[in-house]
Amino acid sequence: MSAADTPVAIQPGGLWLAFTQNRLAWVGLVLLALIVFIALFAPWLAPHDPLEQNIVARLEPPSAEFWLGTDSYGRDVLSRLIYGARISLFVGFVAILIAMLVGTAIGVLAGYIGGVFDQLVMGVLDVLLAFPTLLLGLMIAAMLGASLENLIIAIAVTEVAPFARVARAPTITLRQRDFVEASRSYGCGPFRIMTRHILPNMISDVVVMSSLWLASAIRTEASLSFIGLGVPPPAPTWGAMIREGFENILDAWWLAVFPSLAILVTVLALNLLGDALRDASDPRSRSR
Amino acid sequence: MIGYLVRRILLAIPTLFVMLTAIFVLVRLVPGDAASVILGDQASAASLAALREKLGLDQPVHVQYLAFLGKILTGDFGESLSSGRSVIREVLLVLPSTIELTVAAITIGLIFGLPLGVAAALSRNGWVDYVSRVVSLVGLSFPAFVSGILMLIVFSIQLGWFPVLGNTSGAGSFAERMRALALPALNLGIIMTAYVMRVTRAAMLGVLTEDYIRTARAKGVGPTQLVVTHALHNGLIPIITVVGLYFGTLIGNSVLTEIIFNRPGLGKLIIGALNARDYTLLQGLMIIFAICVIVVNTLTDLAYGLVDPRVKYS
Repeated sequence: MSAADTPVAIQPGGLWLAFTQNRLAWVGLVLLALIVFIALFAPWLAPHDPLEQNIVARLEPPSAEFWLGTDSYGRDVLSRLIYGARISLFVGFVAILIAMLVGTAIGVLAGYIGGVFDQLVMGVLDVLLAFPTLLLGLMIAAMLGASLENLIIAIAVTEVAPFARVARAPTITLRQRDFVEASRSYGCGPFRIMTRHILPNMISDVVVMSSLWLASAIRTEASLSFIGLGVPPPAPTWGAMIREGFENILDAWWLAVFPSLAILVTVLALNLLGDALRDASDPRSRSR
Repeated sequence: MIGYLVRRILLAIPTLFVMLTAIFVLVRLVPGDAASVILGDQASAASLAALREKLGLDQPVHVQYLAFLGKILTGDFGESLSSGRSVIREVLLVLPSTIELTVAAITIGLIFGLPLGVAAALSRNGWVDYVSRVVSLVGLSFPAFVSGILMLIVFSIQLGWFPVLGNTSGAGSFAERMRALALPALNLGIIMTAYVMRVTRAAMLGVLTEDYIRTARAKGVGPTQLVVTHALHNGLIPIITVVGLYFGTLIGNSVLTEIIFNRPGLGKLIIGALNARDYTLLQGLMIIFAICVIVVNTLTDLAYGLVDPRVKYS
């Protein structure tokens, strides 16, 4: 069997396999569902207003009133944490969606056109891939200025290259398959072949990887917010909360610890899920 | 072989060209006028005009672009606006401490990651494999500043084992230096261990199913010798390559680690440039990073071609 005959896309049952074979996938899914639930219902779950300042109750340790303590403006850490989930998930999802659209388009075009165009595009993408994600995002966010939109753009740019890589490989294989050849002889144009015949057959590969890269995007968001290039204050972002905790590290450990755990749990949940999905979609690792 | 070498190097040139153009465009995307962003709102018209002339911003864009490329070709990466020193000099001043940190981290990663990865592969789907996979996923999920802060709270503040502020002067005895290096190196080393472990496990799983391993086992080669001389020897090539490829991730994480542990280095240089709105230093740093990445990429590809003859013909 030649490489062109092997199925590139995972079968519908493949995704289910991730959950039957890998118990850790369930852990990831449940944790992620919990975080999404918290983000969606933040106004009902948060005990306090995340922006309400209370000068009398500054830097209070965890108590019955403030479960996770208060920050240096007297704001409730738990409520800020709950609202922070919204920002992290929103920025991550939108950035990954943009990166997926742009990256997949670049990958399919490069794979379908081939030749010098392909080599040049992949050369640039390889450099982008090897360039430190954080530094790339940092430079872009710094040049454009700190705002929600620029943060999303910066993170999206850092994640375009991996999507393009994953989209390109199956495109090259699919381009030579008989059904693509057949539709070409029927008079299908390149645009129609790419969108109707190639894209549907490889999109699952791209979607599978997006959960791993969502983890990376959320990590970049937290890092940029920590550096001060995230959504500007007073918005409650996890990275900025850790920054504040870092500045008060000697007298208020709770400020840094709880948002740190929130980031860790979110990224871990996505990694557990993504790892299991990738294993299930890769027939070689399935037998292992 | 020569043809492959030449082709690979020739391909790096247009890539470099595209990257430099992207950096040029990115720096010109700074909202508003770069000179007034750098000097602030209160700057006088005369000082603004002087800075514009110094940066060449009064020239048409295509003249600026050609001057930009010309300078880089002659090895001039510009100078820092705040210190007046050349970007190369700024980088060379802090490079030794970043190299010290990354070398220590890679060493920790190899010392712990290799044996853990081999152990996981040998007990495939057993409990050792299971535990080490979970631990490495946790290690990969930590943003470097999160693990750094947690370590700082536990080991420096609660237990008092290590200095809170790190060694900023670079002076002091060897023992003091090592004590200041310990936590930052461990912080990066744990992440590196997780990477190395995963790659080693995957590489070993690939090698252990090969025929020559079965043959060696049938001939009565003991487990230790089998792993060390037969399997690891061949599995090492992808492992080393991946360690090279994670170079970028390592640099990114070292930036955050240097901030947390207050160490001098590339990370603090970049953050300092950011806070001082030193755009010429930032641009110079981007160019140097891009060139380094392209050189490392090309060298990795060339090494691949040398090790695996099949690559040359593809």
